[in-house]
Amino acid sequence: MINLRIDTRASDVAVSPSENGQSDVILMTRNLSFWYGNTLALESIDSDIRPREVTAIIGPSGCGKSTYLRCFNRMNELIPGARIDGSIIFRNKDINDRSVDPVEVRRQVGMVFQKPNPFPKSIYDNVAYGPRVNGYKGDMDEAVETSLKRAALWDEVKDDLKKSGLALSGGQQQRLCIARALAVQPDVLLMDEPCSALDPIATTRIEDLIRELREQLTIIIVTHNMQQAARISDRTAFFTVAESGAGTLVEFNETQKLFTTPADERTEAYITGRFG
Amino acid sequence: MSAQATAALPTADAWRPSQARRRWSGWLFYGLAVLSTLLGLVMLGALLYDIFTDGAREVDWHFLSNYPSRFAEQAGLRSALLGSLWMLAFTAIIAFPLGVGAAIYLEEYAPDNWLTRFIQLNIANLAGVPSIVYGLLGLGLFVRWLALGRVVLAGSMTMALLILPLIIVASREAIRAVPDSLREGSYALGATRWQMVRQTVLPSASGGILTGTILALARAIGETAPLITIGALTYISFDPNGPLDIFTVLPIQIFNWVSLPQKEFHSLAAGGIVVLLVVLLTANSLAVYLRYRMQRRLQ
Repeated sequence: MINLRIDTRASDVAVSPSENGQSDVILMTRNLSFWYGNTLALESIDSDIRPREVTAIIGPSGCGKSTYLRCFNRMNELIPGARIDGSIIFRNKDINDRSVDPVEVRRQVGMVFQKPNPFPKSIYDNVAYGPRVNGYKGDMDEAVETSLKRAALWDEVKDDLKKSGLALSGGQQQRLCIARALAVQPDVLLMDEPCSALDPIATTRIEDLIRELREQLTIIIVTHNMQQAARISDRTAFFTVAESGAGTLVEFNETQKLFTTPADERTEAYITGRFG
Repeated sequence: MSAQATAALPTADAWRPSQARRRWSGWLFYGLAVLSTLLGLVMLGALLYDIFTDGAREVDWHFLSNYPSRFAEQAGLRSALLGSLWMLAFTAIIAFPLGVGAAIYLEEYAPDNWLTRFIQLNIANLAGVPSIVYGLLGLGLFVRWLALGRVVLAGSMTMALLILPLIIVASREAIRAVPDSLREGSYALGATRWQMVRQTVLPSASGGILTGTILALARAIGETAPLITIGALTYISFDPNGPLDIFTVLPIQIFNWVSLPQKEFHSLAAGGIVVLLVVLLTANSLAVYLRYRMQRRLQ
């Protein structure tokens, strides 16, 4: 019964891009479920991510926000015993299809982690890492400069690119990680609570940066901070833990609507601070 | 509610009034620990003193450049020193790539199943197998079956087997110490597994891998039993010039001299120990220096 319903919806969406002539959905999940061993972490998630928008993922701890995010660049498959079901369509192709190389997915879908994780290499080598592993043939100096500028870090580091990335402050390290991700020119940038380890000033800088980057690429950001979601995102997805213990998507709507007139009472309870 | 909470709290006389006993037992343990350390240091000091007073005056250019002889005043350890260096070089060439390769496989590639755990457990056990057993294996496998004879290469291969578990264990520790966040960061940029290993894991682990390898090689240079077993206990009065020459090594030459009745040869043995120690300490300082340089480059 449930399957039937989802199948219908999936086919509806599959038709719509051809109607428009151009796709208004860059990433979509249909009936996406995820297991760690025998534990169901995500249950039947249907969602559409639109291009050149910031999508925020909010929800209480353990609701599967990060798991959902990491499905998009196939990072979850590095975990032993992980299993995925359902489909994730990126540009009309299922990224979990046998013919798709995860390495190629990860070049197009970049990621910034919760804790800044620069490589123990120079600032230059950190940014050049992605282009190098992907066989970039252009001018590396230029690629590094462009990426650092896009991450609003160039002016602070341009005079000592040979300095270790670990010598930077926490906020600078996180912007270095953003520059590093941008250097392979991804279409989508996944951000897993990128500001949770940073002070308020560094957080503000990253938020400004996210607003600028929104012009050029699609951003999906997991955040614990509802104000942050409200400040920077166009659309917000609210996840919670179902009675089964699995993470479920409760509501996915324009940020303004979700925070002012939530459709689901669980969303309302969460954003007004009554649980979570 | 509050009555319950009060009732659960122990009264003041439930506590021991004085802390003297606790403090005293702390001091006792501190004393024992210092004593244990001093005992080791004193023994080492006595050993070094004894060797250097006997042996240091024996060590000169003549001692290093002459072949062994039945006349103590003419005897030197040139062939043993060269034999040790040849053997060490080939042991390193064989054991380093095999050991690091196995460690990379076990940490980065092998699936986490019973077979992998079985292999890991057995490698740890192999590190504890007596060296004479490796000597017998080397004799059977390399000297006889491969018919290499009692040559440098057979000795190196035997020593490589002996120190392989040490290198694997040390390299695995070093690789495991590389944080997963760096692996994820590398994968997230589109690196393949080998690119991730080559450009992220190995540079970060190289200090630990090198230290482990050099310490293992230091063990190899001091080992005697397996080489006696494969037949390096011989009188060599020429330079070993390659992997297929017969050879002897420093510890065996020392053993030879000690077993002779004349006192002069015992002094020569002490001189040989000084040379062996210098080679060992040089190897160890090299390890410390390399690790320091690696760490400085990474920070």
